[in-house]
Amino acid sequence: MTTKYFGEPVRRREDARLVVGKGRYLDDIGADAYAAAFVRSPHAHARVVDVDVGPALDVEGLLAVYTYEDLTGPMAEPLPVLIPHPQLTHARTGYPLVKDVTRHVGEPIVMVVATDRYVAEDAAEKIAVTYEELPVVVGVDAAEAARVLVHDDVPGNIAARHHQETGDVEAALAASRHTLSFTQYVERSASMPMEGKGVHARWDDADSSLRVYSSTQASTSVRAAIAAKLQLSLEKVEVIAPDVGGGFGVKIVHPWPEELLVPMAARLLGHPVKWVEDRREHFVSSAHERQQRQEITVGYDDDGRITALDVLVWHDNGAYTPYGIIVPINTATQLLGPYDIPVYRAQVFSVYTNTVVVTPYRGAGRPQGCFAMERTMDRIAQERGLDRAEVRLRNLIQPDQFPYDWGLTFQDGRPLVYDSGNYPAMMAKLMALVDWAGFPARRAEAEARGRLLGIGMAPYVEGTGPGPYEGAHVQVLGSGKVLVSTGLTSQGQGHETVFAQLVASELGVPMEDVEVTTGDTRRFGYAVGTFASRAAVVSGNAVALAARGVREKALRIAADVLEVDASDLEIADGVVGVKGTPGATIPLRTVAVLSNPLRYAFDEAARQATQFAGTSDDSKPPVSPGDAPGLEHTDYYSPIRSTFASGAHAAVVEIDPATWEIEVVQYAVVHDCGTVVNPMIVEGQVHGGVAQGVGGALYERMAYDRDGQLLNASFMDFLMPYASEVPPVDIDHQSTPSPLNALGIKGAGEAGVIPGSAAIASAIEDAVGRRIAAMPISPSELYDLVRSPSAERVINSSPHETGAMA
Amino acid sequence: MKPAPFGYADPTSVAEALDVLAAEGDGAKVLAGGQSLIPLLSMRLAAPTALVDINRVAGLDRISASPDGVRVGALVRHAHLLASAEAAAVQPLLGRATANVAHPAIRNRGTTVGSIAHADPSGEMTAVLAVTDGSVTVARPDGSTTVGWRDLFVGPLETSLHGAAVVVDAFFPALAPRSGTAFAEIARRKGDYAVCGAAVVVTLDEDRRVAAARAAYLSVGAMPEVHDLTDAVGGKPVDSADWTAAGELARTLVDPDGDLHASADYRRLLVGALTARTLAEAAAEAERRTP
Amino acid sequence: MTSTERTISVVVNGVPREATVPVRRLLSDVLRHDLGLTGTHVGCEHGVCGACTVLLDGQPTRSCLVLGVQADGHRVTTVEGLSRSDHQGGQVLHPVQEAFRECHALQCGFCTPGFLTTIAAGLDTRDATQPITDAEVDELVGGNLCRCTGYANIRKACRHAAEAMRAATGAEVATSAPGEEAAT
Repeated sequence: MTTKYFGEPVRRREDARLVVGKGRYLDDIGADAYAAAFVRSPHAHARVVDVDVGPALDVEGLLAVYTYEDLTGPMAEPLPVLIPHPQLTHARTGYPLVKDVTRHVGEPIVMVVATDRYVAEDAAEKIAVTYEELPVVVGVDAAEAARVLVHDDVPGNIAARHHQETGDVEAALAASRHTLSFTQYVERSASMPMEGKGVHARWDDADSSLRVYSSTQASTSVRAAIAAKLQLSLEKVEVIAPDVGGGFGVKIVHPWPEELLVPMAARLLGHPVKWVEDRREHFVSSAHERQQRQEITVGYDDDGRITALDVLVWHDNGAYTPYGIIVPINTATQLLGPYDIPVYRAQVFSVYTNTVVVTPYRGAGRPQGCFAMERTMDRIAQERGLDRAEVRLRNLIQPDQFPYDWGLTFQDGRPLVYDSGNYPAMMAKLMALVDWAGFPARRAEAEARGRLLGIGMAPYVEGTGPGPYEGAHVQVLGSGKVLVSTGLTSQGQGHETVFAQLVASELGVPMEDVEVTTGDTRRFGYAVGTFASRAAVVSGNAVALAARGVREKALRIAADVLEVDASDLEIADGVVGVKGTPGATIPLRTVAVLSNPLRYAFDEAARQATQFAGTSDDSKPPVSPGDAPGLEHTDYYSPIRSTFASGAHAAVVEIDPATWEIEVVQYAVVHDCGTVVNPMIVEGQVHGGVAQGVGGALYERMAYDRDGQLLNASFMDFLMPYASEVPPVDIDHQSTPSPLNALGIKGAGEAGVIPGSAAIASAIEDAVGRRIAAMPISPSELYDLVRSPSAERVINSSPHETGAMA
Repeated sequence: MKPAPFGYADPTSVAEALDVLAAEGDGAKVLAGGQSLIPLLSMRLAAPTALVDINRVAGLDRISASPDGVRVGALVRHAHLLASAEAAAVQPLLGRATANVAHPAIRNRGTTVGSIAHADPSGEMTAVLAVTDGSVTVARPDGSTTVGWRDLFVGPLETSLHGAAVVVDAFFPALAPRSGTAFAEIARRKGDYAVCGAAVVVTLDEDRRVAAARAAYLSVGAMPEVHDLTDAVGGKPVDSADWTAAGELARTLVDPDGDLHASADYRRLLVGALTARTLAEAAAEAERRTP
Repeated sequence: MTSTERTISVVVNGVPREATVPVRRLLSDVLRHDLGLTGTHVGCEHGVCGACTVLLDGQPTRSCLVLGVQADGHRVTTVEGLSRSDHQGGQVLHPVQEAFRECHALQCGFCTPGFLTTIAAGLDTRDATQPITDAEVDELVGGNLCRCTGYANIRKACRHAAEAMRAATGAEVATSAPGEEAAT
């Protein structure tokens, strides 16, 4: 009997090495490598007038100094725009090292290579750069005002105007019984993985080849970028993502300048070179996300049903657009959530500012979209005197409306079609989990203690698992070991475990026999990368397909040997046998040996296989046309379009009116990601996402001053939550499998973070009775808000009152 | 983020440390726990020419509690002071404040005296030294002197100590009879530097009336300051004293700055709230200690 | 009077080690790059994240906030030293390492060594016969940053390990004093 793996909370195999300090992260590689460090711009916008490297040259241990002048060929050209879009009319990217003008604090100007990092920093400190400071744009409002331009040739600072609609929204608004309009803001945060970025490159002069290790989410793309920029043939470049200490999006920009510069230096110096990003560099040169201004107009009827929704978003994309406009498109399309909205228009202005580039951070525009939609729902409820949950329930897409085609285009360029879901059931679970109906009693109890209690909720729908594809290779060795490789990378999601579960299930082998490799271009060359909650969906299905291919081949070979029909065979515990008939069996490892007609008896497996080999048919070649030696198979999964996961969160906050400290005292999650391969891992993803959601709501922000200086570029002042700041999370699950893929999987990686700010803002608003129109919010800001005479007063109807009315 | 080059010495006596400091001049710095200094070195916000590491100097790691007060040696780690029942018995504010210093791993290495010598207005122990009217012993090549807290702190991150000088201990006077103390702080995250904190002492008279109430605050103003709040509550029976009024008074006495984490107004609010809360706690303790 | 380079002797994970290092080199770098113990991770280099926490003479300490030279003559335990040999070529994990695996208390694993050293030291020095309290758990997990797990499973692992250690003491008591057990 084969152990069941699929759907089980199998312990992670990664952990065996990670808990004893035997992981291999980027900085654990290449103890003999030279170290790189960078001179980075201290100004947000400045012309580089002169770079004087002279003072650094007498630093003992200095090996090389590179400026823009040292870049040649494609390296001297701007970095690529990865995802062009017709509406991204003014795409701009920087250079690997600043050419003339630096456009944000932290942009790399000079690379220094030395014997170790200490010495490299000594040299970098001595390099004298002369700047002519230019006026600075910080924040979407300043970008819109455009009194100053980030790029001289980009009028109005507008990189892209993105526009989608499902009908005539103005007519629909005019025809709506009620309308309301409001403006709100979301501030910047960042992925902030515990390990920064890093690159190690080794040039093999005799072979003219390059091996690069990068702490990346997309090793195949980094490889292609390096090959193109350094003018190397693709097969001469290997890129490997070793153990990666978290990503959350920031490691998906390929290439980061350092991913090109470090290999360039390794090649020029003929010696391994390594750059390990330190925390301060990470703050000022690795991507941020989230800042938007949202202008929303909604039409609705007496019952609070939305009749039209019009959204205008000003999205801060930072100084450049290397990643295109994926983030604002996500906001525009994912804002809609689980609601049936008859007419919708989204307009996004993606604007330049003199700040670090904006690229996806877990959620990638969706938290902002959820914030827009859910704050709209709260306002409708308040205007109509309805319970906030009731308004949401009335607007939900119903189970019989799937597939629900919005008539919009999603970020993957495919139609925005919700494939499956059950939103009413999900909301019912959430309301039960958080005891929505029982809340008034809890509030009264808190009031008696002198505390303000508030509750808020926010459901979401998340497009996950976009294509174009992932692939996988599965091979059974004569030892019985099963090798699995897929090109996408891992940053802690447990892919080694999950993909092993899939292969063990599909192939009928013990999980211990399965070895998984991810993110190593030596093993698998075609891949897209780990982002957009796509690994389990896309690589998971590819791995399953590859395993099925191996299974078919194994059964075909075994059928020949056992002289039965392949359809009568099964594989269990690594042994092929006839269904229902004990006795006639052949181990899978033996089938693997038999799959190759060249069988030198190097090992016992090959010797044993000879008993099954039979006599060869002289009329046929040893390998039939169309067949191949080896028990292996490569396959790809290419989804027709994204699959849509969903969930709903509720938060209860308690506020001390003496100090305005805000504590999240309860956090409830209902989560639906279709079929689950490993529930333990999915819950872990939810927990982590919620912590980032709470961080984004109450603690984290990128505090730029007007001069474009990041004032809190340290873990001391950028307040990533410790355990003490993260509430306990109650989770309930629902599973509506995706009809789009064979396994029924939907993505789970980003979900936990999406509704955090929306739910918590709603809860704070509920507690203090003042409009929350910007997130995150600190106690100090809350204090300002509650005593501001201009703060809008807000009254929520309690569930009880609504029930009476309904 | 790696320190710039410096010279290093790890003397085994105060005299030897002073010799090195004298020889190295103003560019030298004393290294004790290093929990504030080393991050500054790594960020290259400080680049001393030499570090004089006093961790191998014998005899500086002692806490001596006497009826007069608690003397804390320059190498006493926060964790040591926190665990000291003798110190708590003589001056309970020490343990109460130290429990709020960062996280355990920092408390294991960081020193109480180092915190004081760092003169950070957001530090717990600077406020405690002030509100207990404490002092430090400063060793110099020409001998040791006692420097009261008022003469020690001259600005944010700035003390009056220059040249060859090593703070060898800090002395916290004992809690007076019929007195109680309390400490509270509010930080954005638990273990962070306080947005605002209060260290208070309340003394009663023999009739259980408030004889004195004073407070020192964290992260309020450029350096520690002690505010006398007796006017708001003095002479009142302890169980009817209006601690909120004392908080209101405190709000008028302080002049906080705003920063990334809190506006000046918010700090002022917290001064009021924490004052009222801590004075009430301190008064309760004072009452228990009043026969 | 001052030096810029020193030869230091440190007992690391029970093994005496020597290294000649610049005096400015942080203990975290000495462990990782001079002694090859890369299990200690560097997450912020300003003492806030706790990933680099090691045990210095048994006490959890940020190795990025100590100079390598300051460890001269002291004992250091890193994550590599938490487990012990089973004398048959294998390793016996510390209960907290076991619990982290059991409870899915790590994802990317980068912060994990700092949590493990801190929690292991805490569990090893408490009275293992007593059930662990929420306050103790808060203290043990409260000073380190993790960006992946949301801490829920780290807390769970902390409790799990304490329970396992408690059960182990119970077992020892039972085997060493069977008479008592019979009497009750």
